[in-house]
Amino acid sequence: MRINFKHEWIETNIGLMLVLTMLAISVGGLVEIAPLFFIKKTVENVEGINVRPYTPLELRGRDIYIREGCYTCHSQMIRPFVDEKLRYGHYSLAAESQYDHPFQWGSKRTGPDLARVGGKYSNEWHVQHLIAPRSMVPESVMPNYPWLMQLLDQSDIANRMKALRAVGVPYSLTEAEREANVKKFGAEVAAMLHIADAKKNLVEQANLGNYDGDRAGVSEMDALVAYLQVLGTMVDFTKVDADELVRSR
Amino acid sequence: MAITTFSSAEQYNFDIVKKFAIMALVWAVVGMFAGVYIASELAWPFLNFDSPYISFGRLRPVHTSAVIFGFGGSALFATSYYVVQRTCQTRLISDGMASFTFWGWQTVIVLAALSYMAGYSQGREYAEMEWPIDILIEVVWVTYLILFVGTIMRRKQPHIYVANWFYLAFILATALLHTFNNLAMPVDLFSMKSYSLFSGTQDAMTQWWYGHNAVGFFLTAAFLGMMYYFVPKQAGRPIYSYRLSIVHFWALSFMYMWVGAHHLHWTALPDWTSTLAATFSILLLMPSWGGMINGIMTLSGAWDKLRTDPVMRFLIVALSFYGMSTFEGPMMSLKEVNALSHYTDWTVGHVHSGALGWVAMISFGSLYHMIPKLWDTKLYSTKLVEVHFWLATVGVLLYIIAMWVSGITQGLMWRALDEFGNLQYSFVESVAAMIPFYIMRAVGGAFFLTGTVVMVYNIFMTIRQAKQEEAVLEAKLAAKMANAGA
Repeated sequence: MRINFKHEWIETNIGLMLVLTMLAISVGGLVEIAPLFFIKKTVENVEGINVRPYTPLELRGRDIYIREGCYTCHSQMIRPFVDEKLRYGHYSLAAESQYDHPFQWGSKRTGPDLARVGGKYSNEWHVQHLIAPRSMVPESVMPNYPWLMQLLDQSDIANRMKALRAVGVPYSLTEAEREANVKKFGAEVAAMLHIADAKKNLVEQANLGNYDGDRAGVSEMDALVAYLQVLGTMVDFTKVDADELVRSR
Repeated sequence: MAITTFSSAEQYNFDIVKKFAIMALVWAVVGMFAGVYIASELAWPFLNFDSPYISFGRLRPVHTSAVIFGFGGSALFATSYYVVQRTCQTRLISDGMASFTFWGWQTVIVLAALSYMAGYSQGREYAEMEWPIDILIEVVWVTYLILFVGTIMRRKQPHIYVANWFYLAFILATALLHTFNNLAMPVDLFSMKSYSLFSGTQDAMTQWWYGHNAVGFFLTAAFLGMMYYFVPKQAGRPIYSYRLSIVHFWALSFMYMWVGAHHLHWTALPDWTSTLAATFSILLLMPSWGGMINGIMTLSGAWDKLRTDPVMRFLIVALSFYGMSTFEGPMMSLKEVNALSHYTDWTVGHVHSGALGWVAMISFGSLYHMIPKLWDTKLYSTKLVEVHFWLATVGVLLYIIAMWVSGITQGLMWRALDEFGNLQYSFVESVAAMIPFYIMRAVGGAFFLTGTVVMVYNIFMTIRQAKQEEAVLEAKLAAKMANAGA
């Protein structure tokens, strides 16, 4: 039997038009997004890569990074080009942002990439640069962020970690989860990821690191600088086999 | 009330169209002003004034949301409600639902802007609204879908007019994209803050599937719907090719959803995904140009209108910019070109040649056509439309030329190596080199904004004139009635 298809059928039937349009617009996303959750090598699982979730203080720093819209001018995604390697370091791995909800790869470099800014500058440099960028870099067009010296709101840190745990970040709530973290990340890191100790850990890290150079209280600056200083430092590339990495791309 | 407006107000719900049309203009001015302001912040950083509320990072989503969702969205609501009623020859099925979409949508934009300035953001480009606002959007959008489809179901003729296909695809796609891109876990039921369900690579892919199709459906398919009604109407000629509209509708709807990953070339997204996206991006040139050709060729045999009718000129220049940016887009999606253009101002220029040249211009043209009809009068001044046209055109050109030059300069400076294989420029040297272009861009934006203000004045005077005419008519009518009574 031969069916003489006429487009008129669709033009005169809103139900058919709805269904067919829905079909047409669904395919692309299904084909490109769904497999990323199932193809194992989408996120590199190569020996030597041991990325951990953020500590409570770094997490609050990241929240502030998002609040201020830093991603509108800074990327966190180094591409595999010679110039980017010279300027920023090794190209970014998918594994490095596996705990980033949301991702902050960015789309624009009005300022430089920050994926590996951790450890490049001193805490003092960051504090001064955030408060008054042009005092450090005269040509900079970055806004001043003097309000970051205000005290950090720590009240809901446990809830924040619980929400992240609900979407898959291995912050531990139970003893069994804590032990699993000890196995995966070592005792020191596992202790930082335990939700019950979140507040204590946050204050301790801030006091120990003294990121903002001010011993009195934990400021937003403490949190943001702690976050910036950890960016790109979790993978030791001297211990990763480069050929293995290439196979994952 | 005049008899003519009374009868059309009876047949169609024009009240809702008028409300959205006015808000489109209000948001155009607000959003474009925010744009000029943040452009100026980049040229003169002191304009951030050490204030959290107006610092660039918080104000940038205020600009994008106000222009895309405030101006673009309101223009789409207005024209889709107008077109669906006219082409189906029936009234919207519910005045209450229509009114809900109006107040709901305006609330969304206001809340979004205030919440960004207060520091609430999902950190996802063009989807910065936090979860309570996202839920409100979802409710408004489903209402819109029911209202639109319900009205089509009550149509007085068998065929669904082509403009409605495009509006329908836009409403469906936006619902799909908005839902999946905003899946998130709130920190607490009483907290505005949330964390996205996906992370890293998968999150990036979902976001740019959303991000590019916000362009593809919100800013393209829907405005093509506008084009399919207002270009033939203003030209007084039928659409050039019905067959072409069928082919390019299905091709566009199918292909757009594949191209988002071209925003993620050379990143940690697997190569297969971005290569697939690049392939579809190049294919997409064909349906895009199909639409452009169909629009422009509708004028064939009436080209003289370009000389005499500034409203027509807005519509046709919009289509030309559409053709230009849908050529530039596929070119930028080639990996080699993207390696240079990505992360630079070139992308910003590309977006604005589409957003200002295509989206804003086609909206201006359509509003100039529609508003006098809604208020049953003539435009206050065609001369001012002409002035607006030139301010807008010069503005877009200044803007995109500045961004082309700065973008390519940036890209080349970043990759330049000296004879020993070291980087030739420090990053900040590339920042310093951008300043003249940032100033030129701000000036271009100011031109465009000035044009919009001229339009607002023209429309304000048009509506005032309509009210005066109505009053005169009413007075005449009253006098007649009084005479008849006596």
